[in-house]
Amino acid sequence: MPADTVLSAHSNGHGGHGRHDELDQELAGLDHLDLHEASRRPLGLRVWSALWPKLFAVGLVLAIWQFVVWREWKPRFVLPSPADVGGVLWDDLFTADLWRAVGHTMRRAVTGFALSLVIGGMIGVAVTRSKVLRVAVGSMITGLQTMPSIAWFPLAILLFKISEEAILFVVILGAAPSIANGIIAGVDSVPPILRRVGHTLGARGLGLYREVVIPAAMPTVLTGLKQGWAFSWRSLMAGELLVLIPGTTSLGARLQFAREFSDAEGLIASMVVIFVIGVLVDSLVFGQIERRVLSKRGLRTEPTSSPATVLRRRELVRAAFAR
Amino acid sequence: MTILDPHLDPSLEPASAGDAATDPRGGVAASASAPAVRIADVSKQFGTGPSAVLALDRVSLDVERGEFLCIVGASGCGKSTLLNLVAGLDAPSAGTVTAQGRVALMFQEAALLPWRTAAQNVELALKLRRVPRAERRAQALELLSLVRLQDFADKRPHELSGGMRQRVALARALGQGADVLLMDEPFGALDAITRDVLHDEVERVGAEQQLTTIFVTHNVREAARLGDRIVLLSSRPGRVAAEFGVPVERLRRIESPEVSAIAADVTVRLREEVRRHAG
Repeated sequence: MPADTVLSAHSNGHGGHGRHDELDQELAGLDHLDLHEASRRPLGLRVWSALWPKLFAVGLVLAIWQFVVWREWKPRFVLPSPADVGGVLWDDLFTADLWRAVGHTMRRAVTGFALSLVIGGMIGVAVTRSKVLRVAVGSMITGLQTMPSIAWFPLAILLFKISEEAILFVVILGAAPSIANGIIAGVDSVPPILRRVGHTLGARGLGLYREVVIPAAMPTVLTGLKQGWAFSWRSLMAGELLVLIPGTTSLGARLQFAREFSDAEGLIASMVVIFVIGVLVDSLVFGQIERRVLSKRGLRTEPTSSPATVLRRRELVRAAFAR
Repeated sequence: MTILDPHLDPSLEPASAGDAATDPRGGVAASASAPAVRIADVSKQFGTGPSAVLALDRVSLDVERGEFLCIVGASGCGKSTLLNLVAGLDAPSAGTVTAQGRVALMFQEAALLPWRTAAQNVELALKLRRVPRAERRAQALELLSLVRLQDFADKRPHELSGGMRQRVALARALGQGADVLLMDEPFGALDAITRDVLHDEVERVGAEQQLTTIFVTHNVREAARLGDRIVLLSSRPGRVAAEFGVPVERLRRIESPEVSAIAADVTVRLREEVRRHAG
């Protein structure tokens, strides 16, 4: 039998070329039926549909604020109107002082986040590589994550006095655990079938990490980075309020000074700046990276369209990360 | 469940597919007389002591070069274990497994890397085989055109249908330079017409590339449609329960009376096997 089967496997059987042409047509037909290319809406429309809910929300907040001011719940010098704050903010935008403060704060934020990335990254990678370490520090990392960073400041001031190091210390303690946890969760979430495929393709050790584990972990790692940024920004603001270094200005220091001078308009204007920076970094830096990573994997949901496409999208999400 | 089998001899050197895989491709043709895959008296036990489970019990199978072997069996017959052994992902507890040439494995899911395009998925297989960077793209496109997906080279897996993803997986397996293709229920998750067309496709690509194929399925009709030979494995432990030659010419239709007749024979035996586990 073996000899016969080898022969018959190599011949076309009775079907010959006709059958192969048919097969090609059938494949092409199925491919066409399966692919319903989503028609992309024009750019202007997409931007508008993403923008108007945000604008509406901002408008709503301003309206409520204005309403409270009109009801004269608090005197105007304590709770100024949106227009008053807007005016002060507009004037501030043309002063060097605001930009010096923003510059200083951002330098701290970037330094703190970069160091958190290095430290949290190393801890995260170490924990994923070692079972003992995971048992030892796995839950400790989660514990650190839930610890309010402001609770670290008394110790930080004792250790480092009123200094940049004190602020940095707390910023890192705020951000690094989230980053480490993101990496651990990301590596844990890599579907076993992808590791297996990498293995059968011949990827081993570092190669398996580079080709399979790291890219597969990326979406979860990014979530950790985003959370790390949020925590570091919060810790930084708390730090700048508590650790006022003489001779330096910062967004936190501006808040503190505005309160001391009972400058409610300046205070709220600085808060708006802090809010806007937080949002911009989140959406422009992390949002952009996340969008690219997720849409590559078909995990991104655009706010559009019919139930059919929603269903299909769900299927895509499952398929993209299906085991 | 205690299965202490005197046959299990740890001193036996488990020969893996790796030995053979180091042969250059040219060497394969020279040893054409030897079977492409030889599974000799292979047992596989998981765990030790009282909780040990014997997944395969003295299974012997030779698969000739270019042969299309289908393995059917109920749950727990160790089909996947057997493929893992042939793929060299696991070592047998006893006996030897040898495969001539490179071995590639396909699963029920295409398991493409979702962040890579169809072509890049194939290119990864080439890269890990140390194909020079400059040649990878052209080779990947060539392999994709073998499975008629040249127009979808730059689509990502989530943009492809289940059947198309399996064809990319097939192209990737060919990119591994596979001589032996192991398929673990590769079409189980596809709709009937797609599966039907892919049967033709796998048969055609297999013939063109002179692949030796071991195809695991629990769909008896599928086995009768594709196989040169059908092996029925019993369950718990997996043993070769019966073998069926398929004396019908290639490119048979799944709805043909010949395929139905073979499937009916196999089903009768499979049902017997299942009944043995009733009490």
